Amino acid sequence: MSPKTLYDKIWDAHVIERDDDGTCLIYIDRHLVHEVTSAQAFEGLRNAGRKVHAPDKTIAVPDHNVPTTPDRVNGIENEQGRIQVETLEKNALDTGIHYYPVSDIRQGIVHIVGPEQGWTLPGMTVVCGDSHTATHGAFGAIAHGIGTSEVEHVLATQTLIQQKSKNMKVEITGKLATGVTAKDITMAVIGATGTAGGTGHVIEYTGEAIRNLSMEGRMTVCNMAIEGGARAGLIAPDETTFEYVKGRPHAPKGAQWEAALTWWKTLFTDEGATYDKILTIRGEDIAPMVTWGTSPEDALPITASVPAPSDFQDGKVDAVARSLDYMGLTPGTPLAEIKVNTVFIGSCTNGRIEDFREAASILKGRKVADGVRVLIVPGSGLVRLQAEEEGLADIFRDAGAEWRLAGCSMCLAMNPDQLEPGDRCASTSNRNFEGRQGREGRTHLVSPGMAAAAAITGRLTDVREMM
Amino acid sequence: MDKFQKVTGVAAPMPLINIDTDMIIPKLFLKTIKRSGLGVNLFDDMRYNLDRSEKPDFVLNKPAYRKSEIIVAGDNFGCGSSREHAPWALADFGIKCVISTSFADIFFGNCFKNGILPIVLDQAQVDVLMKDAEKGENARMSIDLEAQEITTSDGDVISFNVDAFKKHCLLEGLDDIGLTLVKKQSISAFEETSAQARPWV
Ligand code: SF4
Repeated sequence: MSPKTLYDKIWDAHVIERDDDGTCLIYIDRHLVHEVTSAQAFEGLRNAGRKVHAPDKTIAVPDHNVPTTPDRVNGIENEQGRIQVETLEKNALDTGIHYYPVSDIRQGIVHIVGPEQGWTLPGMTVVCGDSHTATHGAFGAIAHGIGTSEVEHVLATQTLIQQKSKNMKVEITGKLATGVTAKDITMAVIGATGTAGGTGHVIEYTGEAIRNLSMEGRMTVCNMAIEGGARAGLIAPDETTFEYVKGRPHAPKGAQWEAALTWWKTLFTDEGATYDKILTIRGEDIAPMVTWGTSPEDALPITASVPAPSDFQDGKVDAVARSLDYMGLTPGTPLAEIKVNTVFIGSCTNGRIEDFREAASILKGRKVADGVRVLIVPGSGLVRLQAEEEGLADIFRDAGAEWRLAGCSMCLAMNPDQLEPGDRCASTSNRNFEGRQGREGRTHLVSPGMAAAAAITGRLTDVREMM
Repeated sequence: MDKFQKVTGVAAPMPLINIDTDMIIPKLFLKTIKRSGLGVNLFDDMRYNLDRSEKPDFVLNKPAYRKSEIIVAGDNFGCGSSREHAPWALADFGIKCVISTSFADIFFGNCFKNGILPIVLDQAQVDVLMKDAEKGENARMSIDLEAQEITTSDGDVISFNVDAFKKHCLLEGLDDIGLTLVKKQSISAFEETSAQARPWV
């Protein structure tokens, strides 16, 4: 048999039918659903008199619209948001899919809940009406976002009609320097490839620096694969993966665990398999990163300065001029001199326990700078519990930060946690588009440690100075 | 999805080029949880004043065109954002067919998924149909998908091309889901095999 990549192996295991032109009918193992992109899909299903094909393989959780303050038990004030959540709840109950309501301690961001509950497993196909579904690729699962029509298609058939993507390998060699994290890896990759660098490809992340990451870190890396234009990100499962999965509520047990493990251990790229594209970055060369513009590819080491439009070529010249104008930045300004008045630590990129440990290690015994608002938002209720048990929440509160309930929060301007016009935020989320965190809000993407450092100094700061 | 029968109806002339999806259904209406009911907001900005009164000059507000089932449009219809709300709004209004010299890709595909037939013709042919549409209520145009022919109110016949598979789906009322459900046996067979191979899924 000819050598296969990891992507090839998982893909092949899910092909139901293949047309002559390469179009495949693919089986979907897990379907994750949230309130924003599912209502029309359920409506379409009802209108056509169709049923959810596999309710047992479908989970739903509200996250985008939910407030992160304790008063959310009284319901959501914004009418449209409330209707979306109520509709999700009704659809979930009507169709018998697994549902985690806002009142459930397990509720959180769908991409954090899935892995936490053991729904996401190696070798699976996982989809969700949300682009950051790529997160689940960290387990060695093919995971990607889909549109509302496709959500309906998966609900009705548990399949998707798909063309296979190309294979791309991104190798991060060697070891990371102190203060450099998974977030910096993924930002450095996008900085190197651009937001279209991965277009048409599924990226497999490999190399020593990736292997050394925890599952939390791997999820951070895969989460932003989509920001580099890739359809999905993948990391081959290994002992770290199995260790994380074992014992989760919906992970296999007993003999099934052994059988699963046997198969999962075959999920790696064979010697001699070829990729359509390869990028190699030395782990030692990656520094703590920060974005200066309004695209995730506008990323530089914290030690750099704001670039000028003339540093770029073609269409990017105008785009940079526009984004510097939006961001209110002058070329030549050292990034570490940019003042912020808001810090957000959370999201499906950096809302897991390890992220909060990292932030706490910097905030411990220190105080948030005057005039800086710091929101720290766990990705799930269980992460919140754990952080409280480990004393992290106390460290945050003592430092002067707000410790919230679980949800997407300030990652996007859809719930009450939003930037005001002109606010400047050091954020651990994944998108710095115009208006993403609130109208005329300015976003600088960073790692949790970098965000914590900025909270203390009130400006973008090299976290290594605080370690 | 309804089967696409022969359409005989009034065609609204919209000679403007680059009618984008934001004109077809403005962003404001995307927060809905339904795909039905968008017809009242079709072309909302062009159709209504700020006080929600109708703009009498807009074609679909004119008595002759209020029940249009066909739109004859300028070049590059459906460009802009990929929102599927655009064909939903058109379909909900009652539009079954849009004729133009070209369409934006995603919109073109989304039309078929929602039972709307987009027809591409050359400029001279679109000009003929535009003139015919301008005649108003009494000029009923006829579109026969099976025969791939448009008949003007004067009886002139213009033939058009359509992808054979897409044509089949429209005629049979098969959407993607319907097509996949035809393969139900393969799906069940796959599920049985994989339940043995990967029982933990
Ligand atoms: S945290 Fe942000 S990126 Fe993640 S699912 Fe929520 S809104 Fe999307």
